[in-house]
Amino acid sequence: MLLELADVEVAYGAVTALRGIRLTVDAGEIVTLLGANGAGKTTTLRTISGLLRPRAGQVLLDGEPLSKIPAHQLVRRGVAHSPEGRRIFPAMSVRENLLMGAFHDRKHVARDLEHVFGLFPRLQERVSQAGGTLSGGEQQMLAIGRALMSRPRLLLLDEPSMGLAPLVVRTIFDVIAQINAEGVAVLLVEQNAAQALKIANRGYVLETGQVVLDGPSGDLLADDRVRQAYLGEDVAVPEHDLPHQLAK
Amino acid sequence: MGFVHQFWQLTIDGLMSGSLYAVIALGYTLVYGVLQLINFAHSEVFMLGAFGGLFAARELVNNFSDTPSGMASVGIVLVGLAVGALCGAAAAFTLERVAYRPLRKRNAPRLAYLISAIGASLFAVNMAGKLWERQNVTMELPFTNGTVFHVFSAEVNTKTLVIILVAAVMLVLLDTLVARTRLGQSIRAVAQDADTATLMGVNVERVILLTFIIGGLLAGAGGFLYAMTFSASNNMGFIPGVKAFTAAVLGGIGNVRGAMLGGIVLGLVESYGGYVFQASYKDVIAFLVLVLILMVRPTGLLGERLGRAA
Amino acid sequence: MSTTSATPATPSVAPTPPPSQPGGAAALGRAAAAALFSLAGLRQLGVCVLIGLTLALMTGPNGKAAEPLGAVRHAILAPRIVTYLIIAAVLWLLIALWPLARPLWSMGQAAARGPVTAVAQQRFAPLGLNLALLIVAIIMPMFFSNAAVTWMVDGVGIYALLALGLNVVIGYAGMLDLGYIAFFAIGAYTTAYFTSKTAISAHFPVSLNPFFVFPIAFVLAAVAGVLLGAPTLRLRGDYLAIVTLGFGEIIQLIANNSHWTNGPRGAFGVPHLSIHLLGINYSWKLDPKPYYYLLLAIIVLVMIAFGRLERSRIGRAWAAIREDEIAAEATGVPTLRLKLLAFAIGASVSGFAGVLFASKQFFNPQIFSLQASFLVVTIVIFGGMGNRLGVVVGSVVLQGLAFYLRDKVPATDRFIYFGAVVIVMMIFRPQGIVPSRRRKREISLAEHGVGHADSLGSAPTSESGAR
Repeated sequence: MLLELADVEVAYGAVTALRGIRLTVDAGEIVTLLGANGAGKTTTLRTISGLLRPRAGQVLLDGEPLSKIPAHQLVRRGVAHSPEGRRIFPAMSVRENLLMGAFHDRKHVARDLEHVFGLFPRLQERVSQAGGTLSGGEQQMLAIGRALMSRPRLLLLDEPSMGLAPLVVRTIFDVIAQINAEGVAVLLVEQNAAQALKIANRGYVLETGQVVLDGPSGDLLADDRVRQAYLGEDVAVPEHDLPHQLAK
Repeated sequence: MGFVHQFWQLTIDGLMSGSLYAVIALGYTLVYGVLQLINFAHSEVFMLGAFGGLFAARELVNNFSDTPSGMASVGIVLVGLAVGALCGAAAAFTLERVAYRPLRKRNAPRLAYLISAIGASLFAVNMAGKLWERQNVTMELPFTNGTVFHVFSAEVNTKTLVIILVAAVMLVLLDTLVARTRLGQSIRAVAQDADTATLMGVNVERVILLTFIIGGLLAGAGGFLYAMTFSASNNMGFIPGVKAFTAAVLGGIGNVRGAMLGGIVLGLVESYGGYVFQASYKDVIAFLVLVLILMVRPTGLLGERLGRAA
Repeated sequence: MSTTSATPATPSVAPTPPPSQPGGAAALGRAAAAALFSLAGLRQLGVCVLIGLTLALMTGPNGKAAEPLGAVRHAILAPRIVTYLIIAAVLWLLIALWPLARPLWSMGQAAARGPVTAVAQQRFAPLGLNLALLIVAIIMPMFFSNAAVTWMVDGVGIYALLALGLNVVIGYAGMLDLGYIAFFAIGAYTTAYFTSKTAISAHFPVSLNPFFVFPIAFVLAAVAGVLLGAPTLRLRGDYLAIVTLGFGEIIQLIANNSHWTNGPRGAFGVPHLSIHLLGINYSWKLDPKPYYYLLLAIIVLVMIAFGRLERSRIGRAWAAIREDEIAAEATGVPTLRLKLLAFAIGASVSGFAGVLFASKQFFNPQIFSLQASFLVVTIVIFGGMGNRLGVVVGSVVLQGLAFYLRDKVPATDRFIYFGAVVIVMMIFRPQGIVPSRRRKREISLAEHGVGHADSLGSAPTSESGAR
């Protein structure tokens, strides 16, 4: 198992944000984490990448606890995190932003730059433009590209579709699937449940800091509670997308 | 003599003090860049560097019966600069560890940092006063201070030339460091977004410490230049500190080249202004400049680049 | 597919295991040795030795510039160092063995807490406490020498009043003012200008009774505060600190250099306060006691007034600004105006105190030094920012100690200790010795990423404030 969260609890002062999360990601999987605002999705990702420390429970990478490993060394172990709100370095150029992704190891920079430009040709056109002046979609591409520059085994993506036009969202999700096909495991936090479940193998539903539901994407897509709460009544899920009925 | 006659002399003088302000201002701007807070105790880093450099160089100069010349002079100045820089770096290191890091570990509010820096400043100023008396300490110049060349009507003497040259070298080195090296890359990343820099594998704590140390090296070396020219005393840091801060704001706080430009501009303005007004009110000029920038162009001449984009 | 039931997560409190298991003297010894000689323990030893050396240096003999390392040698490479190494060792034992002793401590604390809370919860407690303190303050001068009472006015009382004013800036509005004494100077020189024809070169055509100067100084200091604050506060709050620092220096510079102010010689012969009203003729003279009671009355009034202010609409708005300035602005709180108001109130209290000071004694520009401003900041921080009683207690304790140690510690060395006190407070107890409950909660919340506990960020109304 690549990543495992064992009963992780996180608190901001007196406010408990995660109440015992259990979650696993296997190598090569896409796992999505769904939930409303404030359910604890971003907190979960920030805990995995060491920016927050659990009050109880453990985060395990390759079965090894991460509690003693400083956050900045996680990228060496193959975890890359594309954070909420994209967090591009605004005064750095596109190229410099990508180089920051390869900060810990610059052996493969040239090849990896080409790889990222292959995935997002738009970034190559804007290579010397300042990150802060890019459009939202371009910034998202840059954030993902920057994360890829570290050659991760596990990619943590926090709401890549936030605030983007549907067409751009489709591009982004296509690339996520492509990255996954190259062997990178993805933990995808999304509010756009329909899109996320379409490309994910499995999913978890978070509510007020707890996992309330988990299972294969197909099952989640068919679950009434998911349909009602996260897909909305209007979202028609095509019948042929459902591999099998929800086992009760 | 009128202003026109004095113009070139005032310009040279302004450049000299301006380059010192620039060197100190970099410390404010770098720390502001990575922590978004004013390091109020930076003026004390300057003061401690000044004492260290002065004592070391004075020891060497005293070995000569006459004013040393040639390689000896160069050597003494270099030793003074090195010791001053090291003392400044040590002071900055201690400051970061004692007054800032414990607060950062706790994620304290920014007010706490400012207050803790005031405490450190109070401690350092009075400790230095206790250790080395509360008076001006001077040294003999390690070189013959003759006129080297003329710029129009103005004389440029050795002292002025040494200060401007050393400052220029330090500014170029620092600019290269920030713009070209891996450390510079991580400093810029931390300044723009510390959390994301962590995600990229940057050890933010280490970068912060190194930023303090770099600021300390510069301020310490600048302190030696200042002490060699004028004198050192336990409360010497305050006025140059406020002026250097003004220079940093003038150039755009957080912006490395801005701090350099701001220092030079402030030095010139002060030099010309000191001629126009009374000399005893010269120190007021920097303050007026500060208030004026805050009213007219708070982001400074070059804008706040290194830190959060405005 | 599994559905995780919403069982409440087991509260995973992990208390340190009680060390004294039965049969455990040896086990306890082993645990202690393990704590002491672990890497962390040795590191703590290093820190403690450094603290010991610093203390040795702080208390050691004065040095000379001609012999840079002389003081260090006499303070550290001398027999007296043994004392400080012992202090360091004791400190180390305390720190390193603290985790082992903690269960005992918390047991004792729990036992003690019951009765204490019971008393504290009674409604009359704060009022009763305040009255008791007031009575103590009233009868205190009767037991002290004249010199001590003089200090209770000049040192403790005046600084308590100044701290109450600065508390509005630091404690209520969450900003930092480092040139606070400048307004005090404005008050003092205003008094000299209006009350006497001879005190300083500049004078008003008619000499007024000092009591009439109170409102004048009050207004003048407030105006100076607004003029200084208005351009600065539009931007980041931390710029205010450095602008006030510069302002403080400039006021002193002008006082020192201008011939209107008599320059460094200062002001002589400002008349004492006096009342000539409805047949009552009373004047405050050299005896410090009447001044003490006047000051005490003023302090009590200011405390009552600021208490009301704190609980008023304005006080709540300040709290909102401290906790989240942008949210406050969004809900219609005029943040800039209220920050300016706090700054002006603080300034005017300082100006007010300046009148009192000037009419009591001779003064020169030396008094209005930067260190005086820092002293007031220290008092506020030490006492407890945001707590009126706290800052007064801060003044009593710090200035009281300064008086008590006046023959043992040189006056110039005092600020070494004040500096150390400020750093130590910020590290271990930023809320002060008598904390304001609200401020304490804010600081602790801010440390967990909720709110700010100060107003040093960009003002939301400024154009550069966009993030």
